[in-house]
Amino acid sequence: MSEMRFSEDHEWALRDESNQVTIGITDFAQEQLGEIVFIELPEVGSTLSQGDEAAVIESVKAASEIKSPISGEVVAVNEALIDEPGEVNQAPLGEGWFYKLKPTDPTEFDSLMDSERYQAMTADQ
Amino acid sequence: MDRSPALETTPLDPLHRELGGKMVPFAGYAMPVQYPGGIIKEHLHTRDQAGLFDVSHMGQIRLHGNAAARELEALVTADIVDLAPGQQRYTLFTNPDGGIVDDLMVANGGDHLFLVVNAACKEQDINHLRANITAEMELLSTRALLALQGPAAQTVLERVVPGLADLHFMQAMEAKWVRNDLFITRSGYTGEDGFEISLPSDCAEEFARWLISQPEVLPVGLGARDSLRLEAGLCLYGHDITAETTPIEARLGWAISSQRRNGGDRAGGFPGSKIILKQMSEGAEKMRVGLRATGRAPVREGAPLVESSGRPIGVVTSGGYGPSLAAPVAMGYLPPELSEPGTVVGALVRGKRVEIEVSPLPFIKQRYYRGK
Repeated sequence: MSEMRFSEDHEWALRDESNQVTIGITDFAQEQLGEIVFIELPEVGSTLSQGDEAAVIESVKAASEIKSPISGEVVAVNEALIDEPGEVNQAPLGEGWFYKLKPTDPTEFDSLMDSERYQAMTADQ
Repeated sequence: MDRSPALETTPLDPLHRELGGKMVPFAGYAMPVQYPGGIIKEHLHTRDQAGLFDVSHMGQIRLHGNAAARELEALVTADIVDLAPGQQRYTLFTNPDGGIVDDLMVANGGDHLFLVVNAACKEQDINHLRANITAEMELLSTRALLALQGPAAQTVLERVVPGLADLHFMQAMEAKWVRNDLFITRSGYTGEDGFEISLPSDCAEEFARWLISQPEVLPVGLGARDSLRLEAGLCLYGHDITAETTPIEARLGWAISSQRRNGGDRAGGFPGSKIILKQMSEGAEKMRVGLRATGRAPVREGAPLVESSGRPIGVVTSGGYGPSLAAPVAMGYLPPELSEPGTVVGALVRGKRVEIEVSPLPFIKQRYYRGK
């Protein structure tokens, strides 16, 4: 069964049945960033450690980065975002995904927040 | 938790919040950076129809008396003594080193001079004026300032201010709305035709509500104000122009009136004029330029500009995404020999070198109304 977890930096991580993890940013994050106009994605085949800069997001207002919430090898990136970065604003939890990882340490995923805890965290912000 | 000192608010604060404005601190004021429609929509709407901006955080000052023009002229680069009633000029406060202390608008209101200065420089400018002029200074702290900008601005404003169509770019007029005194100038900070309207604070919200009730008008926040002015090649004080840049380096030589230049009737006579006028004839070591990245990544303020060897040659002072161009745009400083449009240099974005090309300013065609 697939499961979605959240990082303190407002990324989501979705683990599917084959143990691959898809990374994106939350609706709260896209709302805070404003209209996204440019995205730089990691390279397929590269390895990321937890906390590594994985992608760059430029909104009309400012630049920010995605720090990989878990470690692993990048197995796919959402090339469509290069031409349509606004997709992240439209569908942050769906078509606006950033990259997929083959995780190297399953405990990292488990230590991310569940939906309830994440909701509680953003409620204070 | 926000523990910063309490922010000041403008008379439109309740309206901004009611409209869903995302409020941010700016120059000590709570100001809307955008409304729910977003910066890109607000930007494009202003170029297409009309945008309403609350600029009440800016300083509005009246100078009274016969000495006002002569005394103000000694502090700025423009010809103020010969500024005719109903005319407005853009000018600069300078310091003895030739640096720019603030940029401002000065209009001749008939029996007074009307100044609009930057919010962040307001206190410093007032102190500067107090220390250097004897003319009576009236701080218009109970007046709001609204900007209505865009090709439909005249059509909209004429519905309540008859006679507006006769006003040209950089001209001023008095008007009445209900029983309230308006002071209107045909000027702005977007590159579009438009007006700035000074009015009593207690009627500002009602006037703003009427404006946004008009089908052409959308409220616009600071985000689009910045992207509009950047595309129009207009300087942002504290960023593109500072106490460390001279008017010549900033390519604002046009803001030095001919009477104040070498050979003019009243040449020099403003702080730093020797240095500035020397640069005007001999050139400066750096120049403000327009910059367009060849890639899609916006190049923002602070990005170093480098030559192919990696040697630093300048810096980006404003940069972001230009919605009307659907591309990144920036301004920065380069040595004069590298300031020709078409010259390609490097810019460091997150440590990576991207190519950026010197481009003519403004990036969009300015559409000021200068008469038929």
